[in-house]
Amino acid sequence: MKRFLFPLGIFLVLSVFLAVGLKLDPREVPSPLIDKPAPPFQLAQLQDPGKTLAPGDLKGKVWIFNVWASWCVACLQEHPLLVELSRQNLVPIYGLNYKDGRDNALKWLDRHGNPYTLSAMDADGRVGIDYGVYGVPETYVIDKNGVIRFKQIGPVTPKVLEEKILPLVGQLQG
Amino acid sequence: MTAVLLLVLALPAYANEAAPAAQDPALEQRVMRLTAELRCLVCQNQSLADSHADLAIDLKNQVRSQMQAGKSDAEIREFMVARYGDFVLYRPPLKSTTALLWAGPFVLLAAGGLALGFYLRRRRHRLTESELTPEQRARAEALLRAGHEGGTR
Repeated sequence: MKRFLFPLGIFLVLSVFLAVGLKLDPREVPSPLIDKPAPPFQLAQLQDPGKTLAPGDLKGKVWIFNVWASWCVACLQEHPLLVELSRQNLVPIYGLNYKDGRDNALKWLDRHGNPYTLSAMDADGRVGIDYGVYGVPETYVIDKNGVIRFKQIGPVTPKVLEEKILPLVGQLQG
Repeated sequence: MTAVLLLVLALPAYANEAAPAAQDPALEQRVMRLTAELRCLVCQNQSLADSHADLAIDLKNQVRSQMQAGKSDAEIREFMVARYGDFVLYRPPLKSTTALLWAGPFVLLAAGGLALGFYLRRRRHRLTESELTPEQRARAEALLRAGHEGGTR
């Protein structure tokens, strides 16, 4: 009986490790940008390329920064949620139109609705690199001091919005 | 026919991508060496050097232009870590969060060595412990003697 105890112990330890490993999502890379200042940029606006958007312009308010593209299939998944959020007027959503064409981007917004106060055009993806973007869509919550407080990689789900983003926004605004 | 056409169509694209290598082989070698140690985040089991994902190509270009601007490998690695975290490094640094990763194999080796030591000691103990009783010894000697005599006959 005792001789089985040792292999059983190894088996149990291994099972625990594998069970934890199964639950981890390798796509959820912890972002080193949390609690760091939002990287500065100055990009042309999508609707009005004559004007620019810079994070510095938004100092003093809490805002959501959403990376999107017309070629991004997963963006469609979260889009209705963002449109709904923008209707509630709780927090402004700014967009980073990532490696996209202006015409396509505008058409996409026409078709699916535009939740963005403004979108900036990151045509070559250079700003995306500064924000550590690797899987569009990505969403950031940026506080009044221009510090990144939250990052969501992949589509925002109703659960994440209700349980993480909205409470955080409320707390930061308060 | 289609194959030839495809090949001809593919040629300009290939030539285009290979252009930077021809310009400066030493630089390109340095780019390849560094990007082979960086993880492609879109396709996580490939290095940046191996990957043809859009982002990987962008990042390779980023590495190349930073090298051209005179940045050291360490500075470029720092640039990547600041954006994507330690996860981009195939050789993660030794930190409190990665201690288990680095020490793990040695801990396992030590545990294995310890287990082996215990086992061997117990076995030797068992071997020396199992001495013969006087009756057994007498019987064994008798058997041996009988066998010996049998052999010489």
